[in-house]
Amino acid sequence: MHVIPTKNPIQFEREQFRRNSEFPELWDCLDQVKDPEIPALSLWDIGILKDIKRLGDQASVTITPTYSGCPAMDAIAEDITIAFKEHGIEKTVIITELSPAWTTDWMTDKGRNQLRDYGIAPPNDLVGDHEQPLNSDSRVLCPQCGSADTKLLSEYGSTACKALFQCNSCLESFDLFKHI
Amino acid sequence: MTSSTETVSKQDIIDYSARLGDDAIVIGHRLSEWVSRAPFIEEDVALGNVALDFFGHARMYYTHAAQLSNEQNGTDDITEDDFAYLRDERQFQNHLLHELHKGDFAYTTARQLLIDVYNKYFLEQLEKSNDETLAAIAVKASKETKYHCRRSKDWTLRLGDGSSESHKRMQLALNDIWGYSHELFELDDLEQRLVDAGIAVDCTLLKADWLKEVTAIIEEATLTVPDQEWAVRGGRQGYHTEHLGHLLTEMQFVHRSFPGAKW
Repeated sequence: MHVIPTKNPIQFEREQFRRNSEFPELWDCLDQVKDPEIPALSLWDIGILKDIKRLGDQASVTITPTYSGCPAMDAIAEDITIAFKEHGIEKTVIITELSPAWTTDWMTDKGRNQLRDYGIAPPNDLVGDHEQPLNSDSRVLCPQCGSADTKLLSEYGSTACKALFQCNSCLESFDLFKHI
Repeated sequence: MTSSTETVSKQDIIDYSARLGDDAIVIGHRLSEWVSRAPFIEEDVALGNVALDFFGHARMYYTHAAQLSNEQNGTDDITEDDFAYLRDERQFQNHLLHELHKGDFAYTTARQLLIDVYNKYFLEQLEKSNDETLAAIAVKASKETKYHCRRSKDWTLRLGDGSSESHKRMQLALNDIWGYSHELFELDDLEQRLVDAGIAVDCTLLKADWLKEVTAIIEEATLTVPDQEWAVRGGRQGYHTEHLGHLLTEMQFVHRSFPGAKW
């Protein structure tokens, strides 16, 4: 039988994992917790939320850092603990898992759209091969006007995970969330 | 790699992980000294971000060392901060190249080229370590290092093949630091034991690839690979240049002045 894939297999696997969890209400609860650096994105949508387990009034949450030096991780751990308190969970243990290393491929489609609406180009808006490093010929669709007539200003933007571009059509500068 | 770990003690792995943490935190601190002083704002931000990546690597290595220390001592209160803030100069075992002063922008660029290309090859090998945590850290750090390498290469080409002044400064910087590069490819007894156990990287095997890549970039930048024969070593044994003490003074001051402070 031929199957036409309609969904990215990585996304499908993540969704399956979440669907099979014994604690759907806790996953839903963490949809309220956003990345402090990019408040448009929930932990799930950015792809750093890996597992949730609960035993009575205790829970453990497994997250994976985006960039190893990401200063948001501590704030994220705190936000998770606070969100769970409202669900009667007194103690939350945050487990940081390094392997497998986070990749932008784990970002959900919804997350990518939200990122674009927020004014940051998601990794897949880079025109051409995403695996290739950025250079002066790199073009990214402008999240403001959609033009591909853009230029790289700096390989590092406001945070390590982004690069700075400028659109030649609408002249706005914008960040690209780099593929990693 | 063999899987024998009999001759290796937990302390060996703690020391090794701390060394790698020392390399990362020291160069991270040096790069952070450019914040608000870089040639232009985008570069200021870039240097700050690269520094942050190195601090992230240091935290992972130190956290690993701290966890192993806790297992070894039956404690639970040793943390990454003990390694970063409560050890003295002689206890740091970073390579000397990392601690040399920040210098001018050419000096920082030249040093960063040597270190970033080294890290690329080093982490590729560390990914195969029998120590699962070190291997996981390496996979994570590798991804970021690819970006660092590109940045260093671009700047080396831009400054080396730039104005006569930038060319001159780049060549002076390379001549100044080249003798510190040899230590990167040497093993002491500790690392040899860990290499035999398949845990540490045999850095003696990295030199050929490193030299080839660095030479190609230096020559493309119209610069010359220094041919001096002097070499300085001792970082892995805790013998440092005058620069490290000053760096640690600044880095550790707050933590030592307000022990246990949190915010």
